[in-house]
Amino acid sequence: MARALIHMPADARSGEIIEIRALIAHPMETGFRPGNAGGILPRDIIRNFVCKYNGVQVFAAELHPAMSANPYIAFHTRATESGTLEFTWTGDNGLAQTETARLTIAS
Amino acid sequence: MTSAHAIAAVIGTALAASAAAQTDTRKSGVDYMSPATQAMQRDDTQNPAMLWVAGGEALWRTPAGASSKSCASCHNDAKHSMKGVATRFPRFSKGAGKVITLGEQINICRTGAMKAQPFKVESEDLLSLETYIAMQSRGQPMNPPNDKETAASAARGQKLFTTRMGQINLSCAQCHDANAGKRLAGAPIPQGHANAYPIYRLEWQGMGSLQRRLRNCMSGVRAEVPQYGAQDLIDLEAWLALRAKGMPLETPGVRP
Repeated sequence: MARALIHMPADARSGEIIEIRALIAHPMETGFRPGNAGGILPRDIIRNFVCKYNGVQVFAAELHPAMSANPYIAFHTRATESGTLEFTWTGDNGLAQTETARLTIAS
Repeated sequence: MTSAHAIAAVIGTALAASAAAQTDTRKSGVDYMSPATQAMQRDDTQNPAMLWVAGGEALWRTPAGASSKSCASCHNDAKHSMKGVATRFPRFSKGAGKVITLGEQINICRTGAMKAQPFKVESEDLLSLETYIAMQSRGQPMNPPNDKETAASAARGQKLFTTRMGQINLSCAQCHDANAGKRLAGAPIPQGHANAYPIYRLEWQGMGSLQRRLRNCMSGVRAEVPQYGAQDLIDLEAWLALRAKGMPLETPGVRP
């Protein structure tokens, strides 16, 4: 499983806008580069990234071959209720990785 | 005291102060980078090298080999035990009978105390563990040892640094001493201080060791590139450590 790092606050006030940073180790092989053996290296990229907040999608992105290895995605969302954020990367070669993080709303 | 004496004393103090401020003109490589690259290095939540640090931290606690020991079995918490360690490499190892790098020391532990297979040079695992260990010394001044063997290695490295090589017939010093701050094609030429290795290089899309960087420069001037672990590369590393003595370690660095 690829290594992934999620950076976001563990708690927030209700209604506060929080920043979430997600980084994953992935080669993002474009499918256009020649390998050492002379042939073209098969494409191996992440196709999709989705963030769900208590089951509701709050952010999604499509990724393409021109994106760098180890893609870093930063976005904002509004903290509404305590719960779990679920981050899923899917892509070539059956990649499907999910990480979760807890967010607590200070009462 | 006459007024002339007083003025002379004031000038003397001012000269001494400006001399102290001028003695160190060294600049870290990060100072030559674009603001975006600098931000990537300075903010751990943006720095892609932290993926390797996370991998290294896991390896630190993973038992390996016939001994079933991990790094932590002997060295406990790296945050304390490894603090400052990376600032003192390359150094002479009595056991190995030669000057070694931090990467070689990791493999000496693996084949010795851990009875495990050594990591391959420039492998993901070796770079991860090396980055994790080096990061524990972040902010500490480079402090290369001055034993006889390490000093001799650094002296050989200094000679190599100023020796022209390759079809382009350039020495390291001609770029990194004489022309630092200018540009080579589109890229800035830094002073070449080795105080942030292993680095995440955007062009590599991954981590690389100082020896990878040195080999890169050598193939750039179309010189014969030494194998990883070659004496010439270790000597150059020893000289670069001495050249950067006192500068704070920045591992994990980010470079374009």
